[in-house]
Amino acid sequence: MAFSANLEMVDSEARITLEGELDAAVADQFRQTVEHAAQEKPQKLVLFMDKLQFMASAGLRVLVFAKQRMGRDVAIYVIGATGPVLNTMQMSGFHQAVYLQESYP
Amino acid sequence: MDTRIDFYPTHQHQGYKLRPGRPVLFGATLVPGGVNFAICSRYATSCTLVLFEKGAPEPMVEIPFPDSFRIGNTWCMVVFDLDYERTEYGYRMDGPWDPAAGHRFDASKILLDPYAKAIGGRDVWGKPPDWNDPYPHRARLIFEDFDWEDDRPLEKPLEDLVVYELHTRSFTRHPSAGVKHPGTYAGIIAKIPYLNELGVNCVELMPIFEFDEFENSRPNPVTGETMYNYWGYSTVGFFAPKTGYAATGPFGMQVDEFKNLVKELHRNGIEVILDVVFNHTAEGNEQGPTLSFRGIDNQTYYMLTPEGYYFNFSGCGNTLNCNNPVVRMMVLDCLRYWAAEYHIDGFRFDLAAILGRDPWGAPLPNPPLLESLAFDPVLAKCKLIAEAWDAGGLYQVGSFPAYGRWAEWNGKYRDDIRRFLKGDEGMVPVIAERIQGSPDLYGWNKRGPTASINFITCHDGFTLYDQFAYNHKHNEANGEQNRDGGDDNHSWNCGVEGETDDTEVNALRKRMIKNALAILLMSHGVPMILMGDEVGRTQRGNNNTYCHDNDLNWFDWTLLERNADLFHFARQMIALRKTHPLLRTREHFGTSATQADIIWHGTQAWNADWSPGSRTLACMFRERQAGQAGNTSPVLYMALNGYWDALPFELPELPVNYRWHLFANTALPAPHDIYEPGHETPLEPYQHSFLVGGRAVVILIGRP
Repeated sequence: MAFSANLEMVDSEARITLEGELDAAVADQFRQTVEHAAQEKPQKLVLFMDKLQFMASAGLRVLVFAKQRMGRDVAIYVIGATGPVLNTMQMSGFHQAVYLQESYP
Repeated sequence: MDTRIDFYPTHQHQGYKLRPGRPVLFGATLVPGGVNFAICSRYATSCTLVLFEKGAPEPMVEIPFPDSFRIGNTWCMVVFDLDYERTEYGYRMDGPWDPAAGHRFDASKILLDPYAKAIGGRDVWGKPPDWNDPYPHRARLIFEDFDWEDDRPLEKPLEDLVVYELHTRSFTRHPSAGVKHPGTYAGIIAKIPYLNELGVNCVELMPIFEFDEFENSRPNPVTGETMYNYWGYSTVGFFAPKTGYAATGPFGMQVDEFKNLVKELHRNGIEVILDVVFNHTAEGNEQGPTLSFRGIDNQTYYMLTPEGYYFNFSGCGNTLNCNNPVVRMMVLDCLRYWAAEYHIDGFRFDLAAILGRDPWGAPLPNPPLLESLAFDPVLAKCKLIAEAWDAGGLYQVGSFPAYGRWAEWNGKYRDDIRRFLKGDEGMVPVIAERIQGSPDLYGWNKRGPTASINFITCHDGFTLYDQFAYNHKHNEANGEQNRDGGDDNHSWNCGVEGETDDTEVNALRKRMIKNALAILLMSHGVPMILMGDEVGRTQRGNNNTYCHDNDLNWFDWTLLERNADLFHFARQMIALRKTHPLLRTREHFGTSATQADIIWHGTQAWNADWSPGSRTLACMFRERQAGQAGNTSPVLYMALNGYWDALPFELPELPVNYRWHLFANTALPAPHDIYEPGHETPLEPYQHSFLVGGRAVVILIGRP
């Protein structure tokens, strides 16, 4: 399934909706979306992953980039991650650096 | 950064854009727009970079280093626009094939970068490899972007450590471990609560540098089961974590997973020491495979005989030439890398005596490598621990070149405590040295008790349970007719060889295990516990389980319930050690550097029996001012009865207002064998002696 990353700013929140398979070939697309989000200087980054089917290490690298690019004061929420996506985050320990939630109001 | 002119290509080869690289960045380093590749060889005549698409059998391109890209003996090149995630790389080196002169160049081989920071090819533990793969261990590129947050090495004082030696796979591979990712770095994370409950504050991981479990693998002649290079004391890549130990190995994320393990252990107050093997490599002798060093610069990396054969001080076929300046630099770079990039707290050096030999094997009085490590600023707070002997007969326990920094695995502690526990005569004066931090070994040059890593068992040899269940090794499962493994176990089977239903024998074995744990954790120096000894893990009498990927090595977690009393005893002993600074000293007691003394007693107070036939000893730790001028510090007393019958021990007088409290008595069954520190049971004020059971240890606390 084709990958897409769509950014939406809601007040001071940057919301990115991820769909499809996030592998090395499309990781840069996600990274650029995070860059655009960072330029808006949000207070919170919310990543909707319920429609993300797969995340390779390249995808995780972008999450690491997002965490460090946004700075410590910006909370990162990961919404709806399940299956292999959640597994990848847990084994690498990234899940402890973000807020994992099943849904977002 | 990417607008800098020095990051623009100047050359190209088959469409790949290149420019001269940086010679001092050995290995593969991500730079803006590309990757800097750098490798050195003194005797190679040419070098080619070989690039693969991840997992592909054939290279996608081979790029010869242009002559203008060689600086001295170093080839360096930046290759632009590589897919970092999907590229694997190696080298071909051309040069003389002249074994008698030490040269074994073979341009048909694709060679692993000695500085490879991630290695693919053995991504899943135990998965049979493609034996026809021209490049079986493949260097990969890594990002160094792990989010450590505020983590850093814990820098705990050495005297405060309680070390737990564990094997990554064995710790959680057993089905009873009940973890999501058995046998992996992630599996260890799942068991951190257990380590915390036990109370250890440092794990020493048996080798986690990339190794090949299939090195010398073979079917077990009895069972047909594959026997592996299971322990991993044979390094393929010194800069890369073992991929097969990572749950994320198939995704190439072993670096992140291992860093996450270190971070989580640190978050829980647990340091990480790596068992590092710099004495030899996985290439073996002249019959072994050419994987890396042999084909890059054989004469530089290995100690060679005048005829060009391999010296074998390691017992594993070859010996790394650690005091050659190039190899020394690699070792130093490697340890700095692990300290800086992985936040490692310390290193235990396997067969470290080899590191003090010159290129022809002679021991050096002032080995440059050991000195470099001792004074290196990046490693300045790292623990440096030597296994101070080698397979070539160099035994340096007590005399390892320390430079005020090195500690040693104290093999004499292990042997002497074992012999006392077994009941050998003549051991009382010797164990008195061991209990007070071996001043006979480490006092003469003021190294102090922390030079002594005290252990009774380690991965080599019997487990603590087997120490008291077997008189002889039973290594038949290793397929060498029981010839391998040491015979100097100083063990005692308590009357029956191996497993028994005899309740008295089993009770005695537990008592002996508790005796050992009590002495270990009351001794000055740094205690080290072997994984599973706290619950009576057995290897069924096998004292050399280096090749078994089965329950001979795996930690059986059902033991935690079956031997709950042992776990409880070990836990309380560790807690006692943490409670009392008297047990954690940097200086030997009785010297002017300390305010405390250790006083020896026997069955008579103040009168230890040092005679050859003696099997009793008691010791008392106390501050000199205890009980005086408002000093209410406790007094610790330990009575050791190595006789088979109970003996009364006269108790030394305590300061006024002090009273003896019973902390541990290994002669009693659980739960009366040990108490929680601070909740010891008081003796009667008029009690002036204590009947110590046969082959038992009693620990008393004197306090107001």
